[in-house]
Amino acid sequence: MRHLIFSIVTICVGFAAQAFEIEGEYRFGSDDARQEIRIISTADVEILIPLMRLFLDANPKVAIEYTSVSSGDLMTAIVDEGAQFDLALSSAMDLQIKLANDGFSAEHSSDATKLVPDWGNWRNHVFAFSQEEASIVVSPEAFEGLDIPRDRQALINVLRSHPERFEGRVATYDLALSGTGYLFATQDARTTETYWRLMEVMGSLDARLFGSSNAMIEAVSRGEMAVAYNVLGSYARARKDLDGMIEVIDPADVTSMMLRTAILLKGAEETELAQGFIDHLLLSAWGAEDVPEYPFYKWHLDTSEAAAATKPIRLGPGLLVFLDAQKRKRFLREWSAAIRQE
Amino acid sequence: MSELPPSTGSIRRRLTLQLMSGAAILATMLFFVVLNVARDLAESSQDNILFASATSILESAAVQGDEVVVDIPYGALSMLGNVSDDRVFYRVMAGPMLLTGYDNLPEIVRGRAEPSGFLTASYGGEDIRMVEVSRRLSLNGQAVDVAVAVAQTRNGQAETVAQMTRVALFSGAGFFLVAAVMAVLTAQSSIRPLNRLAGSVSRRGPKDMRPVAGPVPSEMVPLVTSLNRFMARLKTSLSRSEDFIAEAAHRVRTPLATVRTQAEVVLRRVDRDENRQSLREMIRAIDESSRAAGQLLDHAMVTFRTDHLEREHINLADLAEELVARLTPVAELKELQLVTKLDAGCEIYGDAILIQNAVRNILDNAIKYSQTDREILLEVLKGGERSILRVTDQAGGFPDALTTKLTERFARGVNSEGTVGSGLGLTIAKEVVEAHGGQLLLQNTDRGDGACVTLSFP
Amino acid sequence: MRFLLVEDNEGLATAVLDRLRMDGHVVDHAPDVSMAEEFSATADYDLILLDIMLPDGDGRDFLKSHRARKDETPVIVLTARSEVSDRVGVLDLGADDYITKPFDFSELEARCRAVLRRRGGSSSNAHRFGDLVFDALAGTLDVDGVTVALRNRELRLLEIFISTPNQIFSKAKLVDRLFSYDEDVSENAIEVYVGRLRKHLAGSNVEISTVRGLGYRMSKS
Repeated sequence: MRHLIFSIVTICVGFAAQAFEIEGEYRFGSDDARQEIRIISTADVEILIPLMRLFLDANPKVAIEYTSVSSGDLMTAIVDEGAQFDLALSSAMDLQIKLANDGFSAEHSSDATKLVPDWGNWRNHVFAFSQEEASIVVSPEAFEGLDIPRDRQALINVLRSHPERFEGRVATYDLALSGTGYLFATQDARTTETYWRLMEVMGSLDARLFGSSNAMIEAVSRGEMAVAYNVLGSYARARKDLDGMIEVIDPADVTSMMLRTAILLKGAEETELAQGFIDHLLLSAWGAEDVPEYPFYKWHLDTSEAAAATKPIRLGPGLLVFLDAQKRKRFLREWSAAIRQE
Repeated sequence: MSELPPSTGSIRRRLTLQLMSGAAILATMLFFVVLNVARDLAESSQDNILFASATSILESAAVQGDEVVVDIPYGALSMLGNVSDDRVFYRVMAGPMLLTGYDNLPEIVRGRAEPSGFLTASYGGEDIRMVEVSRRLSLNGQAVDVAVAVAQTRNGQAETVAQMTRVALFSGAGFFLVAAVMAVLTAQSSIRPLNRLAGSVSRRGPKDMRPVAGPVPSEMVPLVTSLNRFMARLKTSLSRSEDFIAEAAHRVRTPLATVRTQAEVVLRRVDRDENRQSLREMIRAIDESSRAAGQLLDHAMVTFRTDHLEREHINLADLAEELVARLTPVAELKELQLVTKLDAGCEIYGDAILIQNAVRNILDNAIKYSQTDREILLEVLKGGERSILRVTDQAGGFPDALTTKLTERFARGVNSEGTVGSGLGLTIAKEVVEAHGGQLLLQNTDRGDGACVTLSFP
Repeated sequence: MRFLLVEDNEGLATAVLDRLRMDGHVVDHAPDVSMAEEFSATADYDLILLDIMLPDGDGRDFLKSHRARKDETPVIVLTARSEVSDRVGVLDLGADDYITKPFDFSELEARCRAVLRRRGGSSSNAHRFGDLVFDALAGTLDVDGVTVALRNRELRLLEIFISTPNQIFSKAKLVDRLFSYDEDVSENAIEVYVGRLRKHLAGSNVEISTVRGLGYRMSKS
């Protein structure tokens, strides 16, 4: 629709009445739209705008209300506040699984859901619509004269041998703040024994902790940081403006693939529309045709190969383990001990 | 023809039904047995994995300092996800205190001595299967029971059961189908000897009284034995009645022949008119009674034969020719002309002896009634689909209104006074024609000088 | 003619023998099958009259062996049984004709004539009387080289006269022989046939004369 007005309304951060913190609220679609889909999402709105526009073009009488939150706040909003949303999009796979496991999601099954590979669909409640790699982002400038490491062991070796160059210039997620960071960390801990050694080395170099991938990418691009570990490669690779200033490496030993997932919330008011939007996401992600508006790289992972280095994190109850309060407490304690060298 | 006996239904159908209902019962049993086994299997495999999961969590429980801690192994929950996409709940209790997990999971009431217990319950609107295992730890010198409960929704199990139900249903239905086909075949093959026997008996000619000689299953031996015995009796009785009729004829006619011959001899010898007159009366009486006896016997034979016609293809022209040859000497005695007009292509399917007898009776009548020098016309012609045989005489014709009555047994035309038994002759003719599905028509000729008897056959 | 009568009933046989001899035929009598076979083997017959029910066998058996011997003598079966049951058997076994008991001798004669005629007859059938030649089988009368076909009653009447020439036959007796017993005819009916016969005989040396009050007689003039 040519005359479709995209109004982007940014409402001030920190809504006092609510216990969850809203990073931004946006509304897309015509003002006189009769129906509204309400999406709560952890994704930066910019990434999804083209896809949403595509959807609205096809459904002109519809508007989308997009609420951007952190993954923890998404959980709070749904579980504790009982906030009304139709869809939850999140990169925190474990939290999405928990929502579904604890009965906050609704089932959905359609031709589009059948496109999703088995490992990207849990009980027809949780649907993966992106595959995003946990990468290492380095500043080529900082590595001048050194081989750029291709796996964790190489990273450990280069950090150890040049502590002077990297002191205070290594970055990773603050697990206490970032759900994505915690997810990557727990998967690393589970799948590779080098993880703890890497944390210790980074801890010894006075690692800097960040709350988001974007912040780390920018810090690296500015040369402030030499290397950032467990950064969303998809974000880094999307920053064409930073060409040459950063290099993105998928560790050759093991690269965890995070799946951004969508769930249809129980008690959704616009169930059919929300289902339509999920199908729209899944078609773009898994359909045979390439959709230019789809912002993520379409990996074609061969999961049948047991030894493959690049593996999607499996959706399933196993993810609940690290959400266990005791488990989390213990994991964070060990991680803090390693990273802070206390 | 003969009436059908009351039927109590088909043996084959009954056999088929019985075998099929047996198969249906077996198939149903098979279905339920398979289903139960499947359900048990699905339930026990879910129980096993729940138990393994709970046990591995319990093993991670330990006392650290002055508290009980659990470090849930990743595998404890992920193993549940390996089997099915079911929702998973867990709870770890140290004594009455919740350590971690979902505290509103239902309780499993267990005896003190039992280290584990299972429960099927409803949780959050869904059916769950739950297991709880426990272990005693020592905390600050005090015993504390650590209990780990793991529960899972039963969608996967339900799906397995549904799948097994389909398998059970298909195998039950398949079993039933195979059994049904075999039931039909079995029923057919067991009824086949009966059909064969029925066929061979019903194909027989009316005079075929041979015993059934082909091999039959032992169950049918008594039936066939009785049948053979019955046929033997029937054969005896049939030949007896034929013999009886022949014997009766012989007994009656031979003395009549003797008396008649003697009367003729005497007649030639006596001269006195009164004597001659009474001799003539006597001969006439003998002729009348012998003709009546002959016709009675003919009639008996005809009645006997019309019950089972021995049909063959008969050319009516040939039949008429033969009759004319046979009767010409008699006709000539009265100087009567037997004229024929024959269509050689007229064929019917019937009992030649009976038809010949019928036509002969009519010609006999015509000859008896005709005056000297008259003509008797015998025609064989086609009338549409029907074959027609017609005798026209010049003997004065039937009196009006008596034509139908004439064919009644023993009825006689008025003009037959003094002439022997014409009524029965027509009765015989009518019965024969009707036994062949034809019609007998009595008319007077247009000129009114004679009778016209028409036999029309389909 | 020479007949063989095969009949087991003594009374009937005697009566038939009497009756046939009365017409001047020569008749042998066999009361059973074996005698019949003996007779037929030793003498030539013009015709065999065969009863069906015989004490030592069935007439049909005789018929069968008779035909098997290629004996050409015609056979007329005397049956006392039903027309229906016997007809097929006897004709199929080679009987020339059959007659049902009790039988009219006129009919028997007629059938004999018919059978013999069918068989081609024999020259011995020609009777000579005066300058007449009379063939009873062919039914012809030769007078002075001219052949006349006789009608049935004319023929039978001529036969009666020729069988015993010069004998006087009363009208009543002639009626008995020419008409069946169930026909009521006046004696004058005979005059018609005598008249017709006389016409045929005209020109020959044979004549039928009226003996007033007694009847008719045939004689050579």
